[in-house]
Amino acid sequence: MELAIFAGLAAVAAVSGVLVVIQRHAVYSALFLIITMGALAGLYILLEAHFVWAVQVLVYAGAIMVLFLFVIMLLNLPREDVPWRPDDFRRILIGGALAVVLVGELVLALLFQAGEQAPALPASPGFGTTETIGRLLFTEFLFPFEVTSVILLVAIVGAMVLAKKQLL
Amino acid sequence: MSELMEALITMLVKVGVVFATLLFVAAYLVWLERKVIADIQVRWGPTRVGPFGLLQPIADGIKLFFKEDLIPGHVDRALFLLAPALSVIPAFLAFAVVPFGGTTTLFGLLPKPVPMYLADIDVGVLYVFGITSLGVYGIVLAGWSSNNKYSLLGGLRSSAQMISYELSMSLSVVGVLLLVGSLRLTDIVRSQEGFLLWPLPKWFVFIQPVGFVIFFTCALAETNRAPFDLPEAETELVAGFHSEYSSMKFAMFFMAEYINMATASAMATTLFLGGPLGPLGPSPVWFVGKVLVLLFVFIWFRASLPRFRYDQLMTFGWKRLLPLAFANLIVTAVAAAALGMGG
Amino acid sequence: MTVPLSAYLILSAFLFFLGVVGVATRRNALIVFMCIELMLNAVNLSFVAFARSLNSMAGHVFVFFVMAVATAEVAVGLAIIIAIYRNRETVDVAELNLLKW
Repeated sequence: MELAIFAGLAAVAAVSGVLVVIQRHAVYSALFLIITMGALAGLYILLEAHFVWAVQVLVYAGAIMVLFLFVIMLLNLPREDVPWRPDDFRRILIGGALAVVLVGELVLALLFQAGEQAPALPASPGFGTTETIGRLLFTEFLFPFEVTSVILLVAIVGAMVLAKKQLL
Repeated sequence: MSELMEALITMLVKVGVVFATLLFVAAYLVWLERKVIADIQVRWGPTRVGPFGLLQPIADGIKLFFKEDLIPGHVDRALFLLAPALSVIPAFLAFAVVPFGGTTTLFGLLPKPVPMYLADIDVGVLYVFGITSLGVYGIVLAGWSSNNKYSLLGGLRSSAQMISYELSMSLSVVGVLLLVGSLRLTDIVRSQEGFLLWPLPKWFVFIQPVGFVIFFTCALAETNRAPFDLPEAETELVAGFHSEYSSMKFAMFFMAEYINMATASAMATTLFLGGPLGPLGPSPVWFVGKVLVLLFVFIWFRASLPRFRYDQLMTFGWKRLLPLAFANLIVTAVAAAALGMGG
Repeated sequence: MTVPLSAYLILSAFLFFLGVVGVATRRNALIVFMCIELMLNAVNLSFVAFARSLNSMAGHVFVFFVMAVATAEVAVGLAIIIAIYRNRETVDVAELNLLKW
């Protein structure tokens, strides 16, 4: 049962991930990216990460992708926004080769690890709940948590300054 | 009958009841709105179909159902067809975690008490916010795929408005969460049992009045209701994102709007008005009663307030509501720490 | 957890691969940006899978941080894209060669 759900969600994530990369228009790319994120959210439930699921839906699907769509619509790009160029073939060849090398490396690393993989530990009570994450954030990870707020503040100010019609 | 089958059947029946109720509410909310606004404007409203025009929603439904389904030639077909569904599905899904009553045995018909909610999950509040924030895709994609400048503007306005008001909305709820110490909606309801100061019940609206006002204001904006109905402003955008839609697809947008209103009212009831809690009588009646009062306020606002200008909307959201929500949160946190009330 | 950890890791690696391909081959700045998000998501998946497998919540906390940083990145990045579009009327990264030499 769990395996079947995993296979389904993984297939959805992989196929829509491919479609993100090959779509001609940015709106369709964004849509398929939303579907990929939705499938990943489903996988998070399988992994008993309920808080991460909620944040994935709320932040990625609910805020970041809406922002993407907003900008795509604001720029109102034509259907074929970036026409084909003669040097694109070379770009695809080199880029693809680079990516294949990278993923080959990852797969090799995985294969060498596979033998010594320990069986998964059973989830302890309170695993993945908001309360446990909150406790961790305010004890063990307090400093990074506070730094995150500074990053967000910098991002807000930066976005404000950049998006303004004329600088200062 | 095995345990599992029993649970499954109970669940299916509950889902069916909630789904049917929401459809009914969506239809009759339109009737209520027309009647109430007519009364406020000293008119009669619908009177012809059935007594008090009570059959009007059914007549409207039949009309929309049998109308020709037009798809303009210049639209992006796939997204044009997808958008109404994307807007109506999250509207239904969000209701899944709202507790609409205590437990019931259905007047002794059932062997053991059945809790009156569809699901009780650890991240309840986040679930509702997450799902409702997906509703904007329907509107944005409808605006874009219609390939029409008014629709595009409607979609743009809607996405900017949703993002802006969602912030204040979430922050206004944090005050309540701080006092409860749980995101579970049933926990939130349970913590509102008892009295604050007899006969004042211990509802969060009395402890967090500012939070409630911010939440309700943002709910108006999130559901695209007057005075924040800029995405569909008839007078400037010729109905905005749904200009190009007709028949059932238009009906789906319409339904989504009214179900979203019901969900927002249900959330306000759960978070601030004690949910299904009440002194006597069956709890679902209390829940429905409170939701109806809030829905009446929604309609009342529409009849009384003119639409905001776009810059006023943004200024109000970012420069008034957001700082107010932050101030409310800080005061709540300090008070909770000082009085040792936190969850 | 009947699904083995390696299944999650392979999916994660595949999504990361797609992200890399997208960033290396696409010229629309918005799609390039979305592919970066895809890579971040792929990494998040392996974090959560490891967290479940090792029964340690630190992975979830990391995902939280990744998301916070991703949000900041999107806010600034999209602002930059808008600013560039205003000046150059294009989102084609191959045309933005002012600093090339």
